Amino acid sequence: MNIELSKKLLDQLIKLSGSVSDKLDRQITLMEVCGTHTTAISKSGLRGLLSPYMELLSGPGCPVCVTDQTDIDRMLAFARLPGVVIASFGDMIRVPGTHASLEVERARGARIEICYSPHEALSYAVQHIDKEIVFLGVGFETTAPAVALSVMEAKALGIINYSVLSVHKLVPPAMKVLLADPELNVDGFILPGHVSVITGRKVFDFIASEYGIPAVIAGFEPIDIMEAISLLLKQIVDKKAETINGYTRLVSEEGNIRAKNAIEEVFEPEDASWRGFGLIPESGLVFKKAYAGFDAAARFPVEVPYASPPEGCSCGEVLKGKIKPDQCPLFSIVCTPADPTGPCMVSSEGACAAYFNYGDE
Amino acid sequence: MCLGIPGKVIEINTQENWAVIEAFGVKSKIYTPLIEEEIAIGDYLMVHAGYAIGKIDTEEAGRTLKMLEEIAQIDA
Ligand code: SF4
Repeated sequence: MNIELSKKLLDQLIKLSGSVSDKLDRQITLMEVCGTHTTAISKSGLRGLLSPYMELLSGPGCPVCVTDQTDIDRMLAFARLPGVVIASFGDMIRVPGTHASLEVERARGARIEICYSPHEALSYAVQHIDKEIVFLGVGFETTAPAVALSVMEAKALGIINYSVLSVHKLVPPAMKVLLADPELNVDGFILPGHVSVITGRKVFDFIASEYGIPAVIAGFEPIDIMEAISLLLKQIVDKKAETINGYTRLVSEEGNIRAKNAIEEVFEPEDASWRGFGLIPESGLVFKKAYAGFDAAARFPVEVPYASPPEGCSCGEVLKGKIKPDQCPLFSIVCTPADPTGPCMVSSEGACAAYFNYGDE
Repeated sequence: MCLGIPGKVIEINTQENWAVIEAFGVKSKIYTPLIEEEIAIGDYLMVHAGYAIGKIDTEEAGRTLKMLEEIAQIDA
């Protein structure tokens, strides 16, 4: 984007941050909810540049990272079923389950296809009618519409060898759990831009109106993030709390109605288990009756015992913003992107990977 | 995975609801049934998991940039 402008904005932001923390006589804490923001903030160096004045904490905004350990084990169990081909986004492949990862299962002979979209997985199913294709539906409100459309298309075409393991997660219910935590010490939220493209701005109103904490929806350019932080700082000094749309070039009040309709056609909300958070009411998406035939969990009823997270891994605490990645005792010593212990070090949007790859200074 | 990619529309097929976009010199076929507005060559779309999820309002983008320029002029 505009480098001159970015430099000027950064100067302004640093000055503003200094004057706000002077005025309040303390450091400010902001939380970025989205994993793509986490990476952008680390990569651009913003986290380090602003660290004298504010702490930029990461939240539960990486869909791979919040996937429960038992769900990972279920994916691995599917991969071991004869005749089943797992279709997945690339990020899931190296996530460690209790005894293996999809990558390890593939080396042992499992069929795993990496797809760029659920549409690709469906096309693969059309071309391989002798195989059962199970798509791993991992993602937030941004991914769920594409998955819903693939299921609707499969139904319209009469495809019966395509199914989806839906471990989709919804962002607002997780935000409510965070906000209700008495230990949460956050002055403002940077809200996920692309989730908001689907949900619209209004669904996040409760953050400001019910909890009195300012929030700004932000795009992903460093300039967008700087703008969002300034808008939050201004609200904090003025003792105001609003949910502001800082990404108007893409986000509307109501969001993408067609996408919301697609989700609603195929799925309904149900309680779901999140890594680190446990069960969150109405925070997942399960298949509606009319599409039950495409539900991989019902089609392949594998027994998967409850699984605890990897020994010593603090991903749960990282996702709740209780600790920063480098406060995990395993960080960079035992756990590295080359040999990750938990999903936060695997995913390209994981907070641990962002801290490892770009440093936090 | 949640990474959205903005791409410039270089080919459209309205009947079959797809378009070809170009981002960072790479062309890809993407699906457009989630976009209600009309799509024209040269438009920018935000793509996620192979589907366009939103059309980028370039006028709004221009306004944002102007506002940012104003912020950058202010003395803190
Ligand atoms: S550093 Fe590794 S072990 Fe520690 S929280 Fe992050 S992913 Fe888990």
